[in-house]
Amino acid sequence: MGGPAEQPDFRSVSHAEDWPLWEVFIRGRRGLSHQHVGSLHAPDPELALQNARDLYTRRGEGVSIWVVRSTEVHASDPDDQGPLFDPPSDKAYRHPTFYTVPEDLQL
Amino acid sequence: MTAGVAGLSVVDLREVALGFGDDCLVLSHRLAEWTTHAPELEEEMALANLALDLLGQARSLLTLAGEADGRDEDQLAYWRDDRDFRNLLLVEQPNGDFAVTMTRQLLFSTFQELLYRWMVTGTEPRLAAIAAKGVMEARYHVEHARLWVQRLGGGTEESHRRMCRALDLLWPYTEELFEPTESWSRAADQGAVPPLSSIEEPWRHSIESLLVDSGLEIPGFPAWQSGGRLGRHSEHLGHLLAEMQHLHRSHPNASW
Repeated sequence: MGGPAEQPDFRSVSHAEDWPLWEVFIRGRRGLSHQHVGSLHAPDPELALQNARDLYTRRGEGVSIWVVRSTEVHASDPDDQGPLFDPPSDKAYRHPTFYTVPEDLQL
Repeated sequence: MTAGVAGLSVVDLREVALGFGDDCLVLSHRLAEWTTHAPELEEEMALANLALDLLGQARSLLTLAGEADGRDEDQLAYWRDDRDFRNLLLVEQPNGDFAVTMTRQLLFSTFQELLYRWMVTGTEPRLAAIAAKGVMEARYHVEHARLWVQRLGGGTEESHRRMCRALDLLWPYTEELFEPTESWSRAADQGAVPPLSSIEEPWRHSIESLLVDSGLEIPGFPAWQSGGRLGRHSEHLGHLLAEMQHLHRSHPNASW
């Protein structure tokens, strides 16, 4: 049996390389699209899916799981927040709020 | 002897449910021992999930087993000594390293899934109901163990060496999986459980094909250890029970 002397030296293992980070997306029972729910570590896609199942669908949350290597996600730069997201804020006409709904329309 | 459903005697139903329930209970406890010791947080959650699935199955099976003489699941789990436990020797073997734990899981869960799959359409309705729920869980346990055995077998020189050692260590205990007790044989005659001989070939085929895919092989020596189903256990079970039963015996009937 593996006593203390048999324990591998985990410090010698390149953790980030062998157990990289994955982003997890779950589609719920009534959901139409996958939603980002969190991240986890796993050595490969199959185990990432298994781990996602154990970490994020324990209470019957999901019917479908996607996992994506975190390094494959390209994010917008927080410093660009102004140029990226401010321009539409004074263009209220882009919202569909200027239509008059006919009185007899059942929504 | 009182006849149960489908001509199965109450005593035989009790023995069958007890053996299988004890397998689940003891293996559940072994897996729970990994909590706070697992190699990765994610794997710790996976092992705890397996343990909880098995604990749920143990509760159903021990409740069924206890009906014959009016004992509940807690009395069966906490107030029997090792000689009265009917689990396989395989499931009480210590966790060892991760390769040993995954090998033990592969050998047992493959066996369990085959049994459950058969029992779903068996003649004993309560066993069939437990099997219908358990078969989905067992399928997942098998899948988890297979993924890891493949990776360890075909991984590094060190992981391969440990897988070989784990197989050599646990293989002797597989003989007992296919040795029916007298109660099991009578239950099989009644169609409540499968004849164990009918499970052996698919079990061996499933294990062997995985091992070959993983660069491993079934050990060349025969399996020979048995006795767990008759209450003759290795010394490991006594230590496990001491830990599992101590709190309950120190504070009988205490509740949260």
